[in-house]
Amino acid sequence: MKNTMNKSRPLYLDNAATTRCDPRVVEVMLPYLTEAYGNSGSRNHAFGWEAEEAVEKSREQAAALIGANAKEIIFTSGATESNNLAIKGAANMYAKKPEGQTGRGHIITALHEHKAVLDPCKRLQKEGFDVTFLQPPADGVITVDMVAKEIRPDTILVSIMWANNEIGTINEIPAIGKLCHDKEIIFHTDGTQWVGKMPTDVERDNIDLLSWSSHKIYGPKGVGALYVRRRKPRVRLEAIVDGGGQERGMRSGTLNISGIAGFGKACELCQHEMQSEGERLLKFRNRLETELAKAIEVTQVNGNASKRLPNITNISFGFVEGESLLMGIKDIACSSGSACTSASLEPSYVLKSLGVGDELAHSSLRLSMSRWTTDKEIDYTIASITKAVLHLRKMSPLYDLFKEGVDISKIQWQTH
Amino acid sequence: MAYSDKVIEHYQNPHNVGSFGSSKEVQARKDVGVGIVGAPECGDVMQLHIQVSDAGVIQDAKFKCFGCGSAIASSSLATEWIKGKTVDQALAIKNTEIVEELSLPPVKIHCSVLAEDSIRAAIEDWKKKNGHATAVDAHAAHAH
Repeated sequence: MKNTMNKSRPLYLDNAATTRCDPRVVEVMLPYLTEAYGNSGSRNHAFGWEAEEAVEKSREQAAALIGANAKEIIFTSGATESNNLAIKGAANMYAKKPEGQTGRGHIITALHEHKAVLDPCKRLQKEGFDVTFLQPPADGVITVDMVAKEIRPDTILVSIMWANNEIGTINEIPAIGKLCHDKEIIFHTDGTQWVGKMPTDVERDNIDLLSWSSHKIYGPKGVGALYVRRRKPRVRLEAIVDGGGQERGMRSGTLNISGIAGFGKACELCQHEMQSEGERLLKFRNRLETELAKAIEVTQVNGNASKRLPNITNISFGFVEGESLLMGIKDIACSSGSACTSASLEPSYVLKSLGVGDELAHSSLRLSMSRWTTDKEIDYTIASITKAVLHLRKMSPLYDLFKEGVDISKIQWQTH
Repeated sequence: MAYSDKVIEHYQNPHNVGSFGSSKEVQARKDVGVGIVGAPECGDVMQLHIQVSDAGVIQDAKFKCFGCGSAIASSSLATEWIKGKTVDQALAIKNTEIVEELSLPPVKIHCSVLAEDSIRAAIEDWKKKNGHATAVDAHAAHAH
């Protein structure tokens, strides 16, 4: 077979989208794709036992990463499924009124959550639940006070992500969890960008339901987990996928043994390496931000300056459009807040929700680092972005207007 | 998304980038027509400056563009095509010709429309400054 993957490839700074699977993880997975191919549900032969042993080991590793008990881990296909199960499963289980009626209960979430949280909430809205979508402040951080103000007697569920996937901002999770526990409201957090990168303890941090994904933490794609608290309080969920009753009936379906084995290993590696890795990535992030700001006028780091993950930065470069900027740095794989490929030309809804002006949202890049990012790559990125932005600014009518001292926001544009 | 070679070439080496002066200066020049179309919040703004002879021939054209690679390529190409043409010939340029030349995919057709609009806007401006009959009413509502 022709190997198309050996062409010269861009350097990868899109680790908030997905990460490379760690070779140590792949090594653990391989036997379960070849000789140890049993179904963990087969109780009466060695193939099944072997598979079950792998799953239970991973369950321990996943639980250890978040300070949980192994019995509280449900394996899923990824964070999207975990979020769906947590939100729909809890809402339907704790609904105040039966299906088909309105006023079934109140849910609180935020406008800059991932679509895998927003869309389940919107579906529940159609099914008779009330949903409050919190408007994030300009720095992107959801505080406990913002949540407290919206709590009502019929609030049954709060779902606030731990850290944002586009800007890396960190919400006040332990405090929001504490508030929910005091008010006896189920608290779910989407920990996709947080878990494995930052220390997590579901007891200390007052979490009832926690979603995370394997492929964001150097594990394989197609696996994730949902932590479901078993005591104080015991959280119950209505299943979405029914069938063979796997995963304590909360998620039927034959388990993805090799994927789960890899996920467990990935969790274990993160637990041991996150601290040193975090310190290294923070240096990279700070260097990107300060050196780019020094080289290019009118740059803006989006989101709170300090309450941010060490591995993600989101920067707007005024007067240049994101997609053309990506074209100028095509040997660097990263994301732009501009979605000019769609008919609507809508910039990132996350940046918009923070009140970042549309033109700055269109001018943004998200750079996200990993275990394998090097100093040299950061140097190269700084040089490339600087060159591309300056090239584009030479062509930018907006930059000319800025230089002439014209306030772009005051111009009557001919929108289309 | 993959760009055509022509788009990449225009992006890397755009033709006729520039202007014939600051916004105030070109406003005062009767031989220069200015077209600015699009909006920053939509992710693209095209600015076209044309220098036109008394006989109505476009002698020079300069563009600036805030937008994606296809928008940059469309405006770069537009300046190439209108140079040396009379204003009437330039008005006959259709966005579909730009689409074809640059092999723009459907999601990028609006870039070519914007380029066509910028040509019209610049010519309108020149006509207005020089007391020629304009077609403002016919094209003002041009929606895309």
